[in-house]
Amino acid sequence: MSLLRLDHVSAFYGASQALFDVSLAVAPGEVVALMGRNGMGKSTTVKVICRLLRNRGGTVLFDGADMAGVPAHRAARAGIGLVPEGRRCFGNLTVRENLIAAARKGPWDEAAVAALFPRLGERWGQRASSLSGGEQQMLAIGRALMTNPRLLILDEATEGLAPVIRQEIWAAIARLRGETGLAILVIDKSLAELRRVADRAVVLEKGRSVWTGPLDALSPALAETYLGV
Amino acid sequence: MRREHRLNALILGLVLAVPLWAWATSEPFTITLATRAVIFAIAGVGLNLALGTGGLVSLGHAAFFGIGGYAMGILASHAQTYTPLFEWPFVLEGTKSMPVIWLLAVAASALAALMIGALSLRTSGVYFIMITLAFGQMFYYFMISWPAYGGEDGLSIYVRNGFPGLNTLDPIQFFALSFAILCAVLYLVTRLRASAFGLALGAARQNEARTRAVGIDPYRVRLLAFTLSGAITGLAGALFADLNRFVSPVMFSWHTSGELIVFIILGGVGRLMGPVLGAALYVALEHHLGGLSDYWQIYFGAILLGVVLFARGGLIGLIVGRETAHD
Repeated sequence: MSLLRLDHVSAFYGASQALFDVSLAVAPGEVVALMGRNGMGKSTTVKVICRLLRNRGGTVLFDGADMAGVPAHRAARAGIGLVPEGRRCFGNLTVRENLIAAARKGPWDEAAVAALFPRLGERWGQRASSLSGGEQQMLAIGRALMTNPRLLILDEATEGLAPVIRQEIWAAIARLRGETGLAILVIDKSLAELRRVADRAVVLEKGRSVWTGPLDALSPALAETYLGV
Repeated sequence: MRREHRLNALILGLVLAVPLWAWATSEPFTITLATRAVIFAIAGVGLNLALGTGGLVSLGHAAFFGIGGYAMGILASHAQTYTPLFEWPFVLEGTKSMPVIWLLAVAASALAALMIGALSLRTSGVYFIMITLAFGQMFYYFMISWPAYGGEDGLSIYVRNGFPGLNTLDPIQFFALSFAILCAVLYLVTRLRASAFGLALGAARQNEARTRAVGIDPYRVRLLAFTLSGAITGLAGALFADLNRFVSPVMFSWHTSGELIVFIILGGVGRLMGPVLGAALYVALEHHLGGLSDYWQIYFGAILLGVVLFARGGLIGLIVGRETAHD
């Protein structure tokens, strides 16, 4: 049974339709890559999953429960953890305060986050706004983990970061996959890295899911057509 | 020890030292002024929890200040006339006991804040400001038109309510009581701001969607903060009524709400001791500038303008830098 399941989802920003027909599923412990060029609806799909945007058509099921009418904070409490695009931390709070503000009971606590990202442990009392971009991204992942999610969504978690930091974050994602059994939906442009961590991929094209399957089965021709790589 | 902590200790020390000096030199009026500053500071600290930490610009906090004041006035007036407040379904007598009055003042103002907050927190920005202002003015006009407790003329209390073991008619003892409450409120607010609730409140102020995404309902967090804020302001109102032994609808007016905001802006929005410094300066300037001119508020306005333009973190920010403390 899928932990997350979207069936024929459509969504709008005002009168503009952004998603036309998106279907995808993530099983417990599975890592799924959500791919597509810019503007194809990846972040909108994430917003719909997290209930930051309501779908007008189709269904969103999380752990078998219909998420229609569920507010965003309840979706997060149900076990959907989001690492938003753009390293969005609470800038005025310290690293530790960012984590405490999001904390829910479960295996992920401050010590576990510090073990995953030792850099954060060294900057516990530092304001989030004064961290480097990579450290802010680590904090955003740590904060999402502190909600003790069953599904972690990483929206462009490595975008705009230095290569060495990207490697640290990909290593952390690989650890999460290997050691925790956490279901992960990851959005990224790095096909090479996604091939290493993802079990399957879903490709979006103009607000529609157009291809689903193991990343090994994504031919160079399809990759060029849908991803421009 | 951080600079802001040292400054906070200095401010609190000065607030304590001035009335002690006045007591030593037999200047009871100065003690009363200091008590007035401390009570305003309590109200300001209450509002600062909503405004500074939560970003909720309430222009209706005078409602809670007035409710606290009238809770004291009504209970004490019934106690001095030996008439019950009501006799059905049970008999409720008036009281001159400060702890009982404070309890009822806090409960009444918290309930009012809960109800006002439940409605007004469904809006934000300028609409929130206007709705809180409207609620404050509703209470103001209600009290003006309620003759049972003095209407527009207000209500005089001929006794000073009692606190076990203290002579509350002695200015220095009443000051000590008010100062102890200020310290307790500051301690409570410090703990609240460092708690998961306080951090969630600060997070909701920064970004609502991001806060929802980590499982926090901003509405609930803000409603709790608004209720606590109203309760603290109500307690200050009860003390203010006891200090003056008089309550009037002016306690509910938007001018009072504005004054509370001015204390916070003057001292520093979101700073723990911002309202304390702001209230102390306001009372000092009101006394000294008021002695020079009836239009002292023009000069005060110029000072406030200077603080807003050149010290964005209030006077505390000007002294210690812009960074706000969270611990």
